[in-house]
Amino acid sequence: MTDTVAQASAAANAKAAPDTMAWDSGLRRLMMIYLPLGCFVLILLFPFYWMAITSFKPNAELMNYREHNPFWISSPTLAHIKHLLFDTAYPRWLWTTMLVAIGATTLSLVASTLAAYAIERLRFRGSPYVGLGIYLAYLVPPSILFIPLATVVVQFGLFDSPLALILVYPTFLVPFCTWLLIGYFKSIPYELEECALVDGATRLQILRRITLPLAVPGLISAGIFSFTLSWNEFIYALAFIQSGANKTVPVAILTELVTGDVYQWGALMAGSLLGSLPVAIFYSLFVDYYVSSLTGAVKE
Amino acid sequence: MSVTTLSSPVLAQRQPNWLVRLFDYKPFLVAMCLAPALGLLAVFLTYPLGLGIWLAFTDTTIGRKGEFIGLENFQYLLTDSLWWNAVFYSVVYTGIATFGKFALGFWLALLLNNHFPFKSLLRAIILLPWIVPTVLSALAFWWIYDPQFSIISYLLVDVLHWRDSNIDFLGSPWPARFSLIAANIWRGIPFVAISLLAGLQTISPSLYEAAMLDGASAWQRFRYITFPMMMPILAIVMTFSIIFTFTDFQLVYAITRGGPGNSTHLLATLAFQRGIAGGELGEGAAIAVSMIPFLVFATLFSYFGLARRKWQQGEAND
Repeated sequence: MTDTVAQASAAANAKAAPDTMAWDSGLRRLMMIYLPLGCFVLILLFPFYWMAITSFKPNAELMNYREHNPFWISSPTLAHIKHLLFDTAYPRWLWTTMLVAIGATTLSLVASTLAAYAIERLRFRGSPYVGLGIYLAYLVPPSILFIPLATVVVQFGLFDSPLALILVYPTFLVPFCTWLLIGYFKSIPYELEECALVDGATRLQILRRITLPLAVPGLISAGIFSFTLSWNEFIYALAFIQSGANKTVPVAILTELVTGDVYQWGALMAGSLLGSLPVAIFYSLFVDYYVSSLTGAVKE
Repeated sequence: MSVTTLSSPVLAQRQPNWLVRLFDYKPFLVAMCLAPALGLLAVFLTYPLGLGIWLAFTDTTIGRKGEFIGLENFQYLLTDSLWWNAVFYSVVYTGIATFGKFALGFWLALLLNNHFPFKSLLRAIILLPWIVPTVLSALAFWWIYDPQFSIISYLLVDVLHWRDSNIDFLGSPWPARFSLIAANIWRGIPFVAISLLAGLQTISPSLYEAAMLDGASAWQRFRYITFPMMMPILAIVMTFSIIFTFTDFQLVYAITRGGPGNSTHLLATLAFQRGIAGGELGEGAAIAVSMIPFLVFATLFSYFGLARRKWQQGEAND
C-alpha cells in the first residue's frame, strides 16, 4: 500500500532533481527509517537486556564496573535464580498468579461472551445502551476503586484470599472482552443464524454450534489479553492480599524481596525476569492475536 | 442487520420440553446472558464507585465505621500541601508523559508504516514493554536509576566522559520526577505506536497519490492528509492514555513510593498511602474522588477537542 506511495514519491523527486536520486533511495532511507527505528528498538529493549544480564551476574561483577564490562558477563551464574526458587516462596507466588489469572480469564470470558452475544445478536430494546454502559465501565480506572473495593472485599470475607482477585479482575476484563467480542460477532454473517433458526435450532444451540466456533479467533484474543492483564495487575493485588504466601508475583517481588537497605539486585532482576517470562512466551505464541485485539478494541 | 425473522413461539411448538422453551424465550435468554457480566460489574464496579463517593464524605478508618462529616475531608485536602503537590505532579506527569508518548509513538508508527524486511517481527518486539508486567519493568528502571551503579551514569561518566559524577536520578525532586516520566513514556510508546499504526493502515493511498499529483510536499501530505485522517483514532487513544496516565500507580509505587520527600506522589499513590497504608479510608477515598473532575475534564478535552469533525471513522475514507 504505502510502498506505491514511496515509489511514486521517489519517482517524483527523481524528476525534479535527478542528481539527488541516489541519496534519496539509499542513504536517505537509512537515515530517515533504519536509524531512528534502530534507536527505538535499542531503547525499548534495553531494560529487558539489562534485567536478563543482571540476573545471571555474580554479585562481585554487579558491583564492580571498573574491572568488569557491565554490558557483558564474564562468569555467568544461576545463583540468583536458585536463591529465588529454593530460598523464597517464589514458586508459590507463581502458582497463585497463574491460578488467579486463569480463574479471572475464564470467568470474564464466559460472562463477556454471553453479554456480547445478547447485545449483538439478540438485539433487545436498549441493547446499544447496555453496550455503551459496559464500555464506560472500562473508563473507570482501578486507582479510584481500590479503596471502596477493599471494604467490599472485607465485607464479603474475602480479604487476603486469591478468590477476591478472581472476582475483582473481571471489572476491567469484562468491558474489554465484551467490546472485542461484539466486534467479532458483528463480522459473522447473520444469515448463518437465520438458517439455523429455520432448521429449528434453539438460541443456545445456535450460540454453541454456530456462533462460538466461528468466533474462536476473537475468543483467543480476548482470552490471552485477559490473561496478560490479570497477570500484570498490581494495585488490587497489593491492596487486598496481605499474607506473604498468597501474593501474586509483581506484588511479592516488590514487597517481599525488597528488604533492608542493600537491595539484592541479582535476585530482584531474576524475579522480574522469571515473572515476565510466562507472559512473554504466551505473547510470542499469539503475537497476531495480541495486535489484532489491541487495535480491534481501539477501533471499536 | 435485520431483527429476528422467525418468532420463537413457532419453534417452541415443535419442542415440548419446557426448559428448552424457557431458554428460547427471548426476554429470559437476554436476562440470563447479561446477568453474569452485569452482576459482576454492578457488585464490583458500580457499587464500589458509589461507596467510594460516600466514603469520601465520612471519617471511616480501617476497623471503625465512619460517620457522615460532609465536606470536611475535602476542606482538609484543600489546606494540605501534600495533596496540592500530588495534584501538581499528576498534571505535570500526565502532560509531559502524554506529549512524549504521542510524539514518539506517532513517529514510530510512521516509521513502521514503511516497508522493510522482518516488519512483523519488529512489531512484535516493540510491543514487549507493554506486555511485560509494569512493576517488573519498573524494577529494571529502578536498577537503571541506581545512584551508584546506574548504567546510564556509567555510560556518561566512564565511557563518554561527558560528566564527572554519577547522576543522582531518584535522590532529589526534579530528577526523580523526570526519571519517572521517562519510564512512563518508555512503557507507553508501544501501545500508542501500534494503535496509531492500525489507524495509518486504514488511510487510502489514493489520497496521497492525489495530493502528490497536486504537488504537495511530504510535510503537506502529513499535515493535510495523515493528521486529519488520524484524528478520530488519535482522540480515542489519547483519551485512554490520559486517563490511565493520570491515575497511574504502579510505576511510582515501584520506583520511588512517592519519595524523595513526598515530591513524586501522584494522587493514586497518595490515596493508597493515606487510605490503605495509613488506614484513613475516608481521606483516601476523598483523594481518589478528587481525581474524578480532572479525569472528566481531560476526557472531554481530548475527546471533543480532537474529534471535532467525525468521531468515528466510517467505511468510506474520502
